[in-house]
Amino acid sequence: MLLAGTGERDLTKLDEYLAIGGYAQVPKARAMTPDDLIAELQAANLRGRGGAGFPMGRKASLIDRASPKPKYLVVNADESEPGAFKDRQVMAEVPHRLLEGCLIAAHAIEAKDIFIYIRGEYLAEYEILQRAVDEARGSSIFEDVEVTVYRGAGAYICGEETALLDSLEGRRGQPRPRPPFPPVQGLYNAPTQINNVCTIATVPAIIELGAAEFAKIGSESSPGTVIFSISGNVVRPGNYELELGTPMRELIYDLAGGIPDGRELKAVIPGGSSVPALTPDQIDVPLDYDSLGALGTFFGAASLIVVDDHCCLVQLALRSTKFYMHESCGKCTPCREGTRWMVQLLERLEAGDGELSDIDLLDSVGDRILGKSLCALGDFAVYPVASYLRHWRDEFVAHVEQARCPFDGESTLEGIVAPSDAHTHHPVAEVPA
Amino acid sequence: MSTFAADVREIAARFPDARSATIPALRLAQERHGWLPPEAFREVADALGLTPAYCHAVASFYDMFHLAPVGRHLVEVCTNLSCALNGAQRVVDAFESELAVRAGETTPDGEITFRTVECLGGCGYATVVAVDNRYRHDVRPSHVAEIVEGLRS
Repeated sequence: MLLAGTGERDLTKLDEYLAIGGYAQVPKARAMTPDDLIAELQAANLRGRGGAGFPMGRKASLIDRASPKPKYLVVNADESEPGAFKDRQVMAEVPHRLLEGCLIAAHAIEAKDIFIYIRGEYLAEYEILQRAVDEARGSSIFEDVEVTVYRGAGAYICGEETALLDSLEGRRGQPRPRPPFPPVQGLYNAPTQINNVCTIATVPAIIELGAAEFAKIGSESSPGTVIFSISGNVVRPGNYELELGTPMRELIYDLAGGIPDGRELKAVIPGGSSVPALTPDQIDVPLDYDSLGALGTFFGAASLIVVDDHCCLVQLALRSTKFYMHESCGKCTPCREGTRWMVQLLERLEAGDGELSDIDLLDSVGDRILGKSLCALGDFAVYPVASYLRHWRDEFVAHVEQARCPFDGESTLEGIVAPSDAHTHHPVAEVPA
Repeated sequence: MSTFAADVREIAARFPDARSATIPALRLAQERHGWLPPEAFREVADALGLTPAYCHAVASFYDMFHLAPVGRHLVEVCTNLSCALNGAQRVVDAFESELAVRAGETTPDGEITFRTVECLGGCGYATVVAVDNRYRHDVRPSHVAEIVEGLRS
């Protein structure tokens, strides 16, 4: 649905995209009133693909269209969640499908200005997308709508929607307190709808099939297809577009070829590095929002990181937490200080200098971050580590009892150098911890 | 009026609020200077009616802005989870040995800055290395000498 046709044709070119029926849904959507279009999107029950899973049509219905201010559509193309690399493929291979979705979504909220915020590192994808925008604009497809592609400059937090807005306004990308929520007061204090790349790129299919037909694809509570990114210790990592509800085992073993080198599966982080990990006996779960939720984890960014039995989970926790510490924007205390405390405790445990009370302290620091930070980044640091402590506590205890890492230098993550170890660029000023 | 200021104002005119041009302007300044020296912040501030301190505060937030001189070329290796699980540290080691610098340092001739970075969004093609912002996929330690040679020639 999202990647349809990409294997056969060069869909970065407008002619090729038009040849497969591209942009045909735009006049169809524009013939509908915004109210009817929003009703159709709501009936399709398209859940946001960026991480939170909020229904896209409901988001559109919350836009304050009576406001005298302009309305804005912002596309979140700041794909930065470790494990996720599908927005990038959509932009690189079928940028016009994203733009077609943008024009439809903009009509629903009566927006004339669309901003696509793409992470700064995606230079090749930016160039392809910008060429697609120029080509479509040249063919008068946009009519009176303007599309601006805006490059970020390297900050994970700008994938958080209000941090993204601050960044787009030319500020440090730090999350805003809510309320007010963006549909009421977003970009330049005007009503703003923010959606992920894959969410918007799914919209043309909804108009083409009609909401009723679209809702029959996938599982009942999570209709449609999703591009799953799978990486880590699998034979064939990559992006696989599947109907929602496909069993996780099928993706890991049939499509991605299972675990290489005769090793055993140890853990799966199902939604990108920020969600609780699953154990090998849980992988028959259907890949949809509610089924993963029932296991206490999240669908997240539909990005599976597969970990084999040669990896020390204290090292995995440490590397993951160093990332969130590095990317913490510094605005709120629980996240800024808490992630640093977590890193210090994990370093002590990994070095064999920890005590059993440090494991409890790690739980306790996590509890003091969870739900108490300004945005979800603090939670994202805690969720995976809390799950390792829950399912693999023995491994943490072994580090204390043996006073060293039980993997004895043989773990796959041994000695891995994180940016926070090696370079000084850090949004948080150095203070004595 | 200098071309830089004119270029920045042209970018600013595309946004409802000129402040939105701060990041594009800093990028432009960095392309001119190779990094962001104090005069770069003055130039951006003058073009947009902001203060140099404000521009510095914005730049210091983002990883792609360099507040200290860097080499003519930038080599960045992702060491986040999926790359790390697939041997990213061996690629880091190979670069350190080939360039004779540690991660975060620049070669003494000022040619190449080498650093580790957080997830670049290429997890399925580990290890990902960005060479002057162009991605190289599936990099193994055996590819490192050729990458460095390509930059030196």
